[in-house]
Amino acid sequence: MKKLMFGNESIALAALHSGVTLGIGYPGTPSTEILEYFSEFGGRAQWSPNEKVALEVGIGVAFTGGSVLVTMKHVGLNVASDPLFTVAYTGVEGSLVIISADDPDMHSSQNEQDNRNYARSAGVMMLEPCDSQECYDFFLEAVRLSKEWKFPVLLRPTTRVCHSMSIVEYEDKEYIPVLPIKYNPDKLGRVMIPGYARPAHRRLREKLAKIKKWNETSHLNKEITKSEELGIITSGVSYLHVLEAEPNASVLKIGMCYPFPEEKVREFVQRHKRCIVIEEGDPFLVENCRYYGIPVEEKPEMYRFGELNVNRVRRILKGDTSPEPPIKRGRPPRLCDGCPHRAVFTLLSKTNCIVTGDIGCYTLSVLPPFQSIDSCVCMGASITVGLGLRHSLPPEEAKRVVSVIGDSTFIHSGIPGIVEMVYNPPPTGHIVIVLDNNTTAMTGMQEHPGTGKKLNHEPTNQVVIEDVARAIGVENVVVTDRISVFEKALEESLENNKTNLIVVRKMCALLRKKQQKNVKQEVIGDKSDVSTGGS
Amino acid sequence: MSQPAVVNIILGGIGGTGVILSSNIVADSAFLAGYDVRKSEIHGMSQRGGSVSSDVRFGEKVYSPLIPDGEGDYLVLLHPDELENNLYRLKPNGVVIDISLIVGESRNLSLLNDEKYLPVNQKNFNICLLGALSNYLPIPYECWQKAIFLNLSKKVHEQNRGVFEYGMKLTKAFSIK
Ligand SMILES: Cc1ncc(C[n+]2csc(CCOP(=O)(O)OP(=O)(O)O)c2C)c(N)n1
Repeated sequence: MKKLMFGNESIALAALHSGVTLGIGYPGTPSTEILEYFSEFGGRAQWSPNEKVALEVGIGVAFTGGSVLVTMKHVGLNVASDPLFTVAYTGVEGSLVIISADDPDMHSSQNEQDNRNYARSAGVMMLEPCDSQECYDFFLEAVRLSKEWKFPVLLRPTTRVCHSMSIVEYEDKEYIPVLPIKYNPDKLGRVMIPGYARPAHRRLREKLAKIKKWNETSHLNKEITKSEELGIITSGVSYLHVLEAEPNASVLKIGMCYPFPEEKVREFVQRHKRCIVIEEGDPFLVENCRYYGIPVEEKPEMYRFGELNVNRVRRILKGDTSPEPPIKRGRPPRLCDGCPHRAVFTLLSKTNCIVTGDIGCYTLSVLPPFQSIDSCVCMGASITVGLGLRHSLPPEEAKRVVSVIGDSTFIHSGIPGIVEMVYNPPPTGHIVIVLDNNTTAMTGMQEHPGTGKKLNHEPTNQVVIEDVARAIGVENVVVTDRISVFEKALEESLENNKTNLIVVRKMCALLRKKQQKNVKQEVIGDKSDVSTGGS
Repeated sequence: MSQPAVVNIILGGIGGTGVILSSNIVADSAFLAGYDVRKSEIHGMSQRGGSVSSDVRFGEKVYSPLIPDGEGDYLVLLHPDELENNLYRLKPNGVVIDISLIVGESRNLSLLNDEKYLPVNQKNFNICLLGALSNYLPIPYECWQKAIFLNLSKKVHEQNRGVFEYGMKLTKAFSIK
């Protein structure tokens, strides 16, 4: 079979063909569509409240011998890093493939961290696909490697790989999920008390040494031999830019960047007069070369920022460090017409509040005409950073601080912040405003536990935000869909020195539209653009 | 007509103008015609009225999914305001295909409410522009029709065919020096 597919689509298809027992994750651009496709194709897919939970459930399935796909965007791996570092010690029984979809140039992210660094620091194999065909092939290979070594594998596509289409050749297969039947205990291997973890760490390093040896001759690393004058070492989508920018160079494409295929690279470098590493983001391959004493040229620092492309690769090869023409980014996104967040921010921008914000559509309220939020760090930080401000500012200043958070973000990592607020209340109390639009709008309208619907929109148990807050012990809880009620509740809360939570509940305008006409569109217009998301 | 080894098409617009779906149709048509195809898009924030653009490249063999700056052959504009953002990506003499083909220099979308343009209207003019684009590309008519059939509602396929053919009759695209 031959099909034109997105990277995310081909990962989902490979998951289906390899018999993944469970696909699990938390939405985040550019990873979100993987699980949506997997579900559409007939696979079992679930959204978790956050990435740490997703990975841990995945570890459990993999402990039983199941085959697991866990998906997240790059910053999601920060949240899931705690289980990641230790599952490297315990290993798994079945297979565990974790997708870390990185976002160089921050098309819709708060940072452009390079998660290849996680592979090295956690000691987990990492594969880097360059296009949809490799997304398919590398996923299958990742499952195979995970099973063979009883070990997690990271697969790192980037935005340009996830959201680009190219032709994929594959053999159609029936979906036969791996279904374990009984639990085989392994206390020494899975109970990480120090006495068991010490040998586990040694086992990990021994395993990595063996995998490194395998990787030295693995088919994952591809070589194109041409000129002896110029050798280029590259990985991921940069490989494709390189092939176009310098068709005459020899190229070594690293498919598995960790454990690093040292001998393979050394041997390639020895055969070429000039050897340069062309990689997006951090100098990861370069640092590995340096560590092993392999002499290579690296890109100038200015190319660490943003994505690479053919033009930039040409510049790097020429050593051109003159200023680049600025990228035209066009018109910035803004809150939709009819977005229920608008009324809240119109009001907040009129008050004298200090607003600690969070991540979601509502972050856009930092732009004109609202310019109403004062901080945005990571998911969940609105509540906690707000508490910090309240703790340190003098009372008259502290009283102006309010935290604003979305419903999906509240569930993701807002709840521990509420616990903190109740446990260590600032003398002036605090105010948390939950903008509940009944969806994870920013990433393209995914369900979450607060919507009471599963990934495939079928009904399930609902987590009710105000009930959670009351149960934790928040003193004053208000729920409304009316801006006048909200205004009054805010006014009172600003003066009452209590812990307050105000839920403003009104459905996302796009979701309302989508539900109204849930039919296949007749003309190009609306659907395709609006059903996708960012961040 | 002579074509370079790789044909580079940029589609530009804003959220809701159909950039993504239009580029799917172009990419599918080229794929159905037997070419190697790569398509890339940035739609991160599109639903919030931000700029959206998509690159489609096809030919014997395509490498990078991104069209290098200054190497675009065609720019299909689905929103007149996006010309400025995308123009620098065209090569000298690159061709711009936009709504002026249908309504003239005013580029006023609302003119499409006039019945004289039927079956073209404000919602489907993008299919019309694809029809105009098709005049320049070595992709058979049947491949376009099949791609439209695959990507859009089957119910109005005949209407869409009419809109596409309306576009095929428009020729006066403007080229940039
Ligand atoms: C750790 C982490 N995971 C995922 C994301 C991607 N992301 C950004 S905002 C968001 C949720 C937005 O939903 P919600 O809080 O309900 O706000 P809305 O967009 O609906 O207004 C997600 C999943 C992220 N930035 N960080």
